[in-house]
Amino acid sequence: MIPGEAASNLPPGRSYHDMGGLPAGPVEPAEHNYAPWEKRVDALMVLLSGPRRNLLKVDELRRNIEGLGARAYDSMSYYERWMAAVSAILIERGVIAIDELGRKMSEIEAQYREATPP
Amino acid sequence: MTRVATVPEFAPRYRAGDAVRVRRAAPPGHMRTPWYIRGQAGVVERLCGTFGNPEELAYNRSGEPRQPLYRIRFGQAAVWRDYAGPERDTIDVEIYQHWLEPVEPASNPGSPAEKAPR
Amino acid sequence: MSSDGHTHDHPHDDAAAHPAHAAVEEPPPGYYAVMQQAVEALLIDKGILSADEIRRAVEAMDSRTPAQGARVVARAWTDPGFKARLLADGTAACRELGIEMGPTRLVVVENTPETHNLVVCTLCSCYPRMVLGLPPDWYKSRAYRSRAVREPRAVLREFGTEIAEDVAVRVHDSTADMRYLVLPRRPDGTEGLDEAALTGLVTRDCMIGVTVPAPS
Repeated sequence: MIPGEAASNLPPGRSYHDMGGLPAGPVEPAEHNYAPWEKRVDALMVLLSGPRRNLLKVDELRRNIEGLGARAYDSMSYYERWMAAVSAILIERGVIAIDELGRKMSEIEAQYREATPP
Repeated sequence: MTRVATVPEFAPRYRAGDAVRVRRAAPPGHMRTPWYIRGQAGVVERLCGTFGNPEELAYNRSGEPRQPLYRIRFGQAAVWRDYAGPERDTIDVEIYQHWLEPVEPASNPGSPAEKAPR
Repeated sequence: MSSDGHTHDHPHDDAAAHPAHAAVEEPPPGYYAVMQQAVEALLIDKGILSADEIRRAVEAMDSRTPAQGARVVARAWTDPGFKARLLADGTAACRELGIEMGPTRLVVVENTPETHNLVVCTLCSCYPRMVLGLPPDWYKSRAYRSRAVREPRAVLREFGTEIAEDVAVRVHDSTADMRYLVLPRRPDGTEGLDEAALTGLVTRDCMIGVTVPAPS
């Protein structure tokens, strides 16, 4: 099945993530060892949504991921989608500001570039 | 005498064994009622408890009044027109009360409500 | 099996310490990995999280594997009282074995001669992580989420599992706050095995319901 094909055929009001019963190919028995950054995304979600902080709700994260749209499902990995959602909710809630996030991301990227051996 | 504040919640309308139908509706936003089960009739297997409404929690609202949640059992042969399996196969889906409506008691045997598996 | 292949003998909380190590051992991080480090650093700076908490959360996650679920199953196979409590309240019964489910409501569904259970989450990928660890990619895949509800027997066949026509296949779509664990049937010929040996027969896949345990 061509990725994204189902999306264009969905009736109005049906979201791309709501895929129960749609045609699909064989279940590939894929597994992967989770990368450290992926586990840390998961940790972030668990800690931020826990009762102690209650900084975001799992329902908000899901809503956000569902809103990423069909292409996100095809082009982003599972933890990429969750990370995008965590950032979006933290920004919406005013926990972090967009500018400070952008600057910190640039800073980290620069550190990696500088650390790369010539 | 002090009064303890209680969380507002809807009273359960259904009991195990009741025949129910899932409403057809397609609001925008975050739903936990899968598309494939909307409009289908099944039988209440049990009341699971009362929970905050995820459709509201998804927008960082309180999700109150809390909604009773039921496990509803559906016959696969009734849900899927081309189901390739025996009549005894079933699917259980957890549905919030506001998505359910009663199925009128059958006036004759063999009507869809009575065919719903127990 | 170690999930990431390198030991945590250096701090990950300081992004500045990471790049030199990363440049030697790992490819440069992708956009979202950078975002993860940035968000983490900001939240630590703001005192919302600590590096220690994050590390502990990852360690807790690593400690959760299907072996925990296997212990629950093996105990249920050998102790009828425990099995009854497990089926009545999965969360409370797991706590008896030192497995903390946290806020998760665990529902254990029993395979019988009449019924075979299969668990899926069509809307996202809800999974009983506290007792099985992180889910495999296939469980989260489009193919599984789409087809497990509509053609469960065909999906089971892809896993090498054939369920007889006189046994009902019961699919559970975990759309809400409950998480499901399948209690498989104890294989024939295992009467002589003790609980420890029985845990070796219980795989993750048979607790999801795509397979059944093989006899020893």
